[in-house]
Amino acid sequence: MAKARGRVIFEEDLCKGCGLCVSVCPTKIISLDNSTINAKGYHPAIVIEMDKCIGCANCAMMCPDVVITVERY
Amino acid sequence: MRKVLMKGNEAIGAAAIEAGCKYFFGYPITPQSELPEYMARELPKIGGVFLQAESEIAAINMVYGAAGSGVRVMTSSSSPGMALKQEGISYMAGAELPCVIVNIMRGGPGLGGIQPSQTDYFQATRGGGNGDYRLVVLAPADVQELVDLIIEGFDIADQYRNPVMILGDGMIGQMMEPVEFKEPKKRDLPEKDWATTGTEGKRKPNIINSLYLAPEELEKHNIKLQAKYREIKEKEVKVQSYNIEDGDVVIAAYGTTSRIVKTAISQLEREGYKVGLIRPITLWPYPYEEFQKINDECKGILTVEMNNGQMIDDVKIAVEGKYPVYFYGRTGGMVPTPDEIVKKVKEIHGGEI
Amino acid sequence: MTVVFEKTKGLTDVQTHYCPGCTHGIVHRLVGEALEELGVLDKAIGVAPVGCAVLAYNYFNCDMHEAAHGRAPAVATGIKRVRPENFVFTYQGDGDLASIGTAEIVHVAHRGEKISTIFINNAIYGMTGGQMAPTTLIGQKATTAPLGRDEAHSGKPIKMSELLATIDGAKFVERVTVTTPGHVRKAKKAIKECFKLQIEGKGFGIVEVLSTCPTNWGLTPEESLRWLEENMIPYYPLGSFKRPKEDD
Repeated sequence: MAKARGRVIFEEDLCKGCGLCVSVCPTKIISLDNSTINAKGYHPAIVIEMDKCIGCANCAMMCPDVVITVERY
Repeated sequence: MRKVLMKGNEAIGAAAIEAGCKYFFGYPITPQSELPEYMARELPKIGGVFLQAESEIAAINMVYGAAGSGVRVMTSSSSPGMALKQEGISYMAGAELPCVIVNIMRGGPGLGGIQPSQTDYFQATRGGGNGDYRLVVLAPADVQELVDLIIEGFDIADQYRNPVMILGDGMIGQMMEPVEFKEPKKRDLPEKDWATTGTEGKRKPNIINSLYLAPEELEKHNIKLQAKYREIKEKEVKVQSYNIEDGDVVIAAYGTTSRIVKTAISQLEREGYKVGLIRPITLWPYPYEEFQKINDECKGILTVEMNNGQMIDDVKIAVEGKYPVYFYGRTGGMVPTPDEIVKKVKEIHGGEI
Repeated sequence: MTVVFEKTKGLTDVQTHYCPGCTHGIVHRLVGEALEELGVLDKAIGVAPVGCAVLAYNYFNCDMHEAAHGRAPAVATGIKRVRPENFVFTYQGDGDLASIGTAEIVHVAHRGEKISTIFINNAIYGMTGGQMAPTTLIGQKATTAPLGRDEAHSGKPIKMSELLATIDGAKFVERVTVTTPGHVRKAKKAIKECFKLQIEGKGFGIVEVLSTCPTNWGLTPEESLRWLEENMIPYYPLGSFKRPKEDD
């Protein structure tokens, strides 16, 4: 069986950098980007190794600001 | 149309139904309980809703919700209960919602008594709740006028999107008089396209609200409210006057007190005195201009109220120091007699007829 | 490719004013999703409270009515009695529902009003800056309980779900939380079931959601979730307190 593959899209400028998505990602691919400050003045959540995303939507479940869209392949 | 004999409190209910009001939220308190009792009997028959709330606070907030949903709705209470309703009244004034609120006044302060009084004039006309707002305050003197003002009151409320208060007292609530139900003058009433009815997917959400966190927005909202109040002042003043061009003394009185004053005036006229009367029907907007028509030779204005002097402030504003202003009042549920008023007028008059 | 999660139409595009990590946002989303998925968004009328969620009227994509502090159930009663065909809900915090509005919530349940209430219990007054709530835990510090809540002085925290479940007119009472994706999914299920109860005309329903207030608790968003699990859940047990009976 092929491994589930997913993709998450963050609306970075709406992120408040709370990190709740970071803590629930089973593949640990989300981090807060300390090198960037978004339009709201926060370090936004980003994903670097997108190929490891399994599309589980845990991050979206916990995001209080509904900034995440989740796709699955 | 044929006249029917009705008790004031029940006539209010009948008039409200006549005006198309099908919803009533209230809480029992003497001396107005015949009104919610009447509504409890009658509204279910026409597919309306009477609901006895857990408190006056809840009742007025139910009215707030119902008015926001775009229907004609009423509540009633008596003085201490009306004090509790002030929160919701202020919110409705802020959110610009139409409704009719009836206060059948009793004596205060505190729990006071259950007999008639006019001690809530300040509360009604100066705003018992927080913020810079106005209610249209209507003060009927007899049961027929009570019926007329209830019916017109719903139109005024809808026209201006503003709460209207009917300020009566225990006497008018309890007395029985013949009444007929007449069509009010036709008004061009706006669509209630602001009401919360569910979007049905056809429009953007409607929001009923009195919160404006940005000071410039709240100021703008207040300026808009004040413009509305100015329009009401220009168009809605109601007053009845008698012999003010000729009276040596002019009495100012409203509601049931004005009827006692009329009896006193008849008695004085039989004795050769010339006495005028100004009877404000709208307590807000107040008929200040009517006082400008009083003759220059008038010796003084006597304000008669069933309290310790509240409307007298408006009378003083109205006469701008041109005439001395006197007061006669009974309170605590005591009702002034014509003889007491006659005696006071003679004192002001000073003798020579 | 399939989209497995996207923003619900039940919410507007207005960005919320909530602090980072505040779980109000999660619950707003669940309410919006429930309204959309149950097909009642177009006929929904929501009543917003006074408290942190005071601006909820800008966030839910349906008709909204802002109430005075604690009076949302009375306002909702007025709306529902006038428009029984509409879907009417209140969204209230613990100061609003469990303190100043106790009479209103008890009597809306007692009358069995056919409305639904979402109750956010975060054991603190958030909007006014961290004062003690009726739901503040014993020993929990608040700006008006600087040494921590003292039972002898302020009593024990009030358990609204347990209280409301004793009232006949309350047909659905459940306490949930949103501290993990699993709990979030369970919370959504409860909210949908509660809403269905109204759609079926069965009476009053309430879902209490144990929530966090990182700002006033003085914890990070992640620490707040753990604090809630360790301190609030033992005192406020999760679960269903009431479901409609067969003959309801």
